[in-house]
Amino acid sequence: MQALTSEELTADIPRRTSARTLDDRASLLGAAVGSVALVWVLYERVFSLSGAVGFVVCWYLAFVTLYALVSGVSNPGPIVVDRVWAAVVTGGATLVGLALGATIVFIFVKGWPALHHLNFYTHDMAGVRPTSPLTQGGVLHAVVGTLIQIAIAVAIALPLGVATAVYMTEVGGRLTDAVRTVVEAMTALPDVLAGLFVYTVLIIGFHWERDGFAVSLALAVTMTPVIARSAEVVLKLVSSSLREASLALGASHWQTVKGVVLPTARAGLVTSLILGIARIAGETAPLLIVSGASTFFNKNPFHNPMNSLPLFIFSSVRSGEPAYITRGYGAAALLVALVLVLFVAARFLARDRQVAR
Amino acid sequence: MPVAIAPNPEADLDVDEPRAIDEGLVGHDRVFHASARTVGLVVLLLILCIGGFLGYQGFPTLQRYGLSFFTETRWLPERDIVGLAAVLVGTVEVALIALAIGFPLAFLTALFISEYAPARLRTTLVSLVDLMAAVPSIIYGLLGFAFLQPHLIYIARWLSEYASWIPIFRVDTDPHAAAWAQSKFTASAFIAGIAVSLMVIPLACAIMRAVFSEAPLGEREAAAALGATRWGVIRSVVLPFGRRGVIGGTMLALGRALGETIAVLLIISPAFEIKFRVLTVGTMTTSALIAGRFGEATPSQLSALLAAGFVLFLMTLSVNTVAAVFVNRSRTGAGTDV
Repeated sequence: MQALTSEELTADIPRRTSARTLDDRASLLGAAVGSVALVWVLYERVFSLSGAVGFVVCWYLAFVTLYALVSGVSNPGPIVVDRVWAAVVTGGATLVGLALGATIVFIFVKGWPALHHLNFYTHDMAGVRPTSPLTQGGVLHAVVGTLIQIAIAVAIALPLGVATAVYMTEVGGRLTDAVRTVVEAMTALPDVLAGLFVYTVLIIGFHWERDGFAVSLALAVTMTPVIARSAEVVLKLVSSSLREASLALGASHWQTVKGVVLPTARAGLVTSLILGIARIAGETAPLLIVSGASTFFNKNPFHNPMNSLPLFIFSSVRSGEPAYITRGYGAAALLVALVLVLFVAARFLARDRQVAR
Repeated sequence: MPVAIAPNPEADLDVDEPRAIDEGLVGHDRVFHASARTVGLVVLLLILCIGGFLGYQGFPTLQRYGLSFFTETRWLPERDIVGLAAVLVGTVEVALIALAIGFPLAFLTALFISEYAPARLRTTLVSLVDLMAAVPSIIYGLLGFAFLQPHLIYIARWLSEYASWIPIFRVDTDPHAAAWAQSKFTASAFIAGIAVSLMVIPLACAIMRAVFSEAPLGEREAAAALGATRWGVIRSVVLPFGRRGVIGGTMLALGRALGETIAVLLIISPAFEIKFRVLTVGTMTTSALIAGRFGEATPSQLSALLAAGFVLFLMTLSVNTVAAVFVNRSRTGAGTDV
């Protein structure tokens, strides 16, 4: 602790608060360069270890230590602590970002051998052997199956979810809190249980066929709480002065909800719908339980099994045939692309809403 | 409106009697309220039904095996030996590994986005986290299986070599052997846990970030004005304010990790034994058991699987409900007043 002289105490020179000082930059750069050099010498030369992961981990630890030491030379304790935490937080976030980037790049790189054949998009797997080359057969049946199943699930889950949200925000009642808590808890319900539920009720209970519609029901069970929860957040954002204006003009409650609240929140509701679709697009476990997989094109959800992308991926990567596994990765890339497209659409619509306000 | 000057007893009576403002609900509003309430109730009932049906269908199993259903480790329905002990231990192990890796990363990422990232990047980063949550779990399963596993076995070997004094990291193999037994380290709870952690990070991170960014600006500025560094503001304002969000987000992540199916099924090799050595090959989780054994199940085996599903349902629902209570309370601001 260094005592301040009276001049320093009284001097009325404002401290620069936000801008980075030379000291900030120099110690960051110095610690980064120094730690790379130090770790390279120790890791590669002195201990002659190998492995990129080990190198990066050692470098990061050395960097944080050096950064703390360098900062400690000319700064008081709190600033050293601040800098170390900034380095740790940034490092953690970078690691998560790298994981996301690696996931997407990995899937597209592995799927590319299948993706650049046109027949991958236009054919199904009927009569194609698992060992067949990638120039034969495709995943059209799985794509169509996925789209049909998602469409039916949306047709069921969207009205239910939005109505639940309307109940929680607009109507209210004694059960609101119970519904909200349970809906929140249900958004993380294991997907495999939705499949089990539909299987026990419909297929054991009512002797239904293991068809596309049963899958859609299982997906709708998963999707409804997701939509209900995000739609509730969106409806809460609708300014209450709009509601009151409508009511004051003599509109009934239903007219207010239908004519004012829902149209105002439309863009946000679309976003919540797309988030719901993104949640179910890759669900595999309920499909594995409820539905069988077909190799052929089937666009009738009420008869015969339908295939879908997640199921196709699962069965192909477990098949052990290199060509078939590659098809699985191709299908995985298509699935990621589908989710990405939905996601960009959701962000675009959400942004539109903010501009319109 | 013309004002009546002449005192008129009848008019006075009219003025003093207020019009009934609340005329009750008109016809279609009554229908609207009733149907909205019905839908809310249906959704609530649906959830209770899931538990109810699983419990009802699994009841014969619970009745038949009694308490040994929870103490028996083996799962051999063809020899009439069915027990969940090993499976439950595996479920909790994988979930805890996922949390041990996912929690710090989610926490740091949430802090980075709400406190450190430049303001103009913040929206993009938030949607990237949402995107990470939207990537299907089978994709993370493939990543863990084909991309992470070949790298992670080296980390597992390193841990077993230098940290084997911690019992859970022990592996029965010689790490110094010239050709080390790679297959001993694959398909383990450790690797499955890391794949699951990728799934729970965005979930926990989104909730933590939302709560952190709700920390009151006035108190942040007060802390900064008192000379706090950025970390000082975080420690004295953001974290105390966001504590509930951190707990709630972590619990939700735990609920998701307990129920994660397909990624685990892709990675692990099934092993029905209670073991705490997480780095060695083989484990089993409840949801992977259900998904993996469902295809060839006979009716009695099905009942056993449904009973397992019921146990999983109770576990995740209780974890998730506690989480939801925490998150909701912090969202409404209750309990966060100083």
